[in-house]
Parts: sequence; structure tokens; C-alpha cells
Amino acid sequence: MKCVLTVIGKDKPGIIAKVSGLLAEYAVNIEDISQTIMQNTFTMIMLVSFENASISMHELKAKTTVLGEEIGVSIHLQHEGVFDAMHKV
Amino acid sequence: MIKTNEILETINMVEKEHFDIRTITMGLSLFSCIKDSADATASAVYDLICKRGENIVKVAKNLSEEYGVPIVNKRVSVTPASFLTAKFMGEELKIALALDKAAKEIGVDFIGGYSALVHKSMTEAEKSFILSIPEVLSKTERLCSSVNVGSTRAGINMDAVSLVGNIVKKSAFLSGDGLGAAKFVVFCNAVEDNPFMAGAFHGVGEGDCVINVGVSGPGVVQNAIKAIPNASITELAEMVKRTAFKITRVGNLILNEASVRLNAERGIVDLSLAPTPVIGDSVGHILEEMGLSSVGCHGTTACLALLNDAVKKGGVMACSNVGGLSGAFIPVSEDIGMINAAENGSLTLSKLEAMTAVCSVGIDMVAIPGDTPESTISALIADEMAIGMVNNKTTAVRIIPVPNKKVGDYVEFGGLLGRAPIMPVHQGSAEKFISRGGRIPAPIHGNKN
Repeated sequence: MKCVLTVIGKDKPGIIAKVSGLLAEYAVNIEDISQTIMQNTFTMIMLVSFENASISMHELKAKTTVLGEEIGVSIHLQHEGVFDAMHKV
Repeated sequence: MIKTNEILETINMVEKEHFDIRTITMGLSLFSCIKDSADATASAVYDLICKRGENIVKVAKNLSEEYGVPIVNKRVSVTPASFLTAKFMGEELKIALALDKAAKEIGVDFIGGYSALVHKSMTEAEKSFILSIPEVLSKTERLCSSVNVGSTRAGINMDAVSLVGNIVKKSAFLSGDGLGAAKFVVFCNAVEDNPFMAGAFHGVGEGDCVINVGVSGPGVVQNAIKAIPNASITELAEMVKRTAFKITRVGNLILNEASVRLNAERGIVDLSLAPTPVIGDSVGHILEEMGLSSVGCHGTTACLALLNDAVKKGGVMACSNVGGLSGAFIPVSEDIGMINAAENGSLTLSKLEAMTAVCSVGIDMVAIPGDTPESTISALIADEMAIGMVNNKTTAVRIIPVPNKKVGDYVEFGGLLGRAPIMPVHQGSAEKFISRGGRIPAPIHGNKN
């Protein structure tokens, strides 16, 4: 299963390190990553795979929510299907 | 990978524009539950619903988490209950209580289908069933009821119209605050796969177990229009169409997944724009965004016609099976734009009636004075049924004569049902017309064979 992980919030050092560290801990693979600053807002989007992961999507979602609160950003983890459905014909 | 702006657009729709899946509704055939006694039938009804529906709440929760889109309501619709009670006149309440108890057991928000289809005529059993509705609605919590009193093929059953005027009033008064009437809808051309309440039932042409999904998203459409302030009407229609397409695609995704996980037939997506009383989730505000000072002013019907048609066109392209009511809903108490317009006098019942000729349903969640005569309620229903019959479309009436309230007062229903100012009705009487009974013959274009 592949998911899109989105991080939105105020830019500060270490956001990517903390998020990717959490993913590495549970063997969630990052397949694609893009990061930009849009209107002073840090925006990072990752495509992650759970193929060999030691954690379910639901469990990781709970952990990313906690991490997001810790570092003051909003983290969304969603099945890629919702974006495909909406934006691909 | 999908483009960054597209991902952010989707997240924004949920976070800021109140996009949600309004309901996953499981339709269940209960014909197999008809036994020799009302008690045995009630028991079979309870067991079947609990067995087939036991996972609906869990599946909806999981889908919501995985896809990041809220699923607001989980519901069940069943075979019109008048078929189940036909042999047990006077014992209808037993079946109703079993339906309500089953809904609570599996944790769904509503169960629909305490319904009768009497568009041409009424059996004695159906009359007994309809007479049971007020007591049933006062003694149940989650059960919703509807009666189809007309169709383009059959005409309008005016005996039933006369009867339901009384049922609306009794339902409102027995529940004390009018809430009973908020769970009761009168239809012309009722559809068999509607996932929305209070009018959902599982049609007799349906299978054993089917999933239907209702989407929502007035806020998304409003913001899409806001983004093109100088666009022509043609461009507006195109924008609404594109937005409806995106919304419906997510509904289609949830429909596919939910039906697989619940081992049920894949039904339809109802692509209605269903508002809530929250700011930013209003169909009324979409119409105002198009260029009206307040919903109800001249131009409103045209704007709504444009909106309703564009929503259908975008939605039909996005999903292989579109059904239900599919259009724009205009419930007054559930839409902050409509509430405000009713308050400031811009929106009247007469204008609402005109709007229903071009939108997907009808006079919905309108509060009227508690002393409104039953014949006036029946006459209002007859008008609405006539619009549906002649225009070959579904129309409905869900109107609440609020006990002890008069024009200028307010009624608060809470939750998705919202709040409403009491709106004035015409003071003239249609008592003679309603008391005649009989049937309004079907229009000539209903005879299509």
C-alpha cells in the first residue's frame, strides 16, 4: 500500500529529519519526496510505501499526529487512492 | 507522483471547505423476515439488520482514516415497512421498535424505511400503517419515515395527501417540539436508492444488500466560484461541473471500497450538495456567490437551475452509477445561507416552491406556525407533488408545524438538523379542495408507452 504524507507548517530546522527518522524506525520506505516553501509555509510531500513496513498505516497515522503536535506542523497521512480518484481521469 | 498543488487542493477541501462524505447507507431487503406473527417478524428484522450491518460503522471509520475524508453518517435503509406489517394491522409499532433497536445496536445514525408507497391508492393495511407513523416517530429515536403519494405515471393520491397533512401535524405535536415531523417526508416520484434521510428506503426492485454513498461539499463549490469573481455564467457552470466531478470521484472511491469490505452490492453515488448549518457549508451561499444579494431575490431560481444541472453533469462523468436524488438540496434549517435569508424576509415559502421546480428535492426542513390547519399542510404538499408529477422529477415535503410557535419565533433542532425561523404560510383556506378526496390524474406525458 502506498500513501501520501503531507507536512505543512512553519519552517524550522530538522522537520525532514524528524519525519524521515520516524518512517525509518518502522521501515516505511520513501519513494518520492518534494519540499518547498509556499507563501512562507513549509510544505513537504512524500510518497511512502508500507510494503516491508513493521507498522500499519493506522498506527503510523497516530504517531505522525503526535509528532506533528510536538514540532508544530500539521501532518496528514492518506492513501494515495484519494488523490488519484480526484485528479486523474 | 501527483502534483503538489493537487494534493494541497484535496487537503484544503477537507480542512477548510468542509468537504465530506455525508453518508454511507446500507440498503437491506427485509422481505425474507416476514413471518406468521408481528413478534416473529420483528425478531427476524432485528437479527438480519444486526448481522448484515454489524461492520458498517467500523468500515466507515477505517475508510475515513485511510483516505483522510470525514464520513459523517452511517445509515441503514430497509424495504418499505408497510410490506412487513401488511398482515399485522394494529401491531406496526412492534416492527418499528425492532428497526430502531437494531439501528442502536449496530451504531448507525439513522435507519430509513418506515415507508409506504401509495401513489395510486391505499390498501386498508397501508392506511393503518400511515396512521401509526406519529406514535412510531414519538417512540423511536433513529427511525425515519416517508410516504410516496404521487408519481408521473399514477397521478396524485389526494386521499393520501389529505391523510398525511394530519400525520405531519400529529408527528410534530406528539414529539412535543416538532422533531417528529423532521423525521417524516412526503414524496412524489420517490427514488428507490436514496441514501439521504429522512426519505431513504430500500426499493422493492433492489437486491439483498447494497451500499449507496451520498457526498457533500457546498463549501468546495462556493470557493471554486469565489476564485473566479469576474467569470461569465458559462464559465461558472463549467467550474461547478469540474468541482462536482472531483467531489463525486471521491464518493465513487468510497463506494467501491465500502461495498467490497462490507461484502455488499455496489450501489450508487448520490452526488447531492448537502449543506449543514456550519458557515462555509451552505448551498444558499453558493447562489449568493453567483451574484445574488440574498437567496430568495429574483434570479434565485435561475442560479439554482444552473447549479443543479452543472452538479449533475460533473457528477455523472465521475461515477458509473449515479442515483438517489443527485442535485442541490435546499433545506432551510440545515443551511446557514437559507436561515439568514428566511430571517431577513428575502426567502418566502412561495419562492422556495418555485426553487423546488429546478432543484433535486423540495420544501425541506421548513418550520411553520403550530396552529397551521392540517388542510393547509395537505394543500402545500399537493402543490409540491404537482410540481414533481408534471416535471417528471422527485419532489418532497418535510415541513414542521412547531407546537406553540408563531411567525417570528425560532426552533432549534440541533446537530445536522439545525435551527429555523418560523415562516408564514398563506392564510387562505384549501379545506374544500383537500376534503374532496380522489386522485389527480396523471399528466398526459406520463403516458409514455
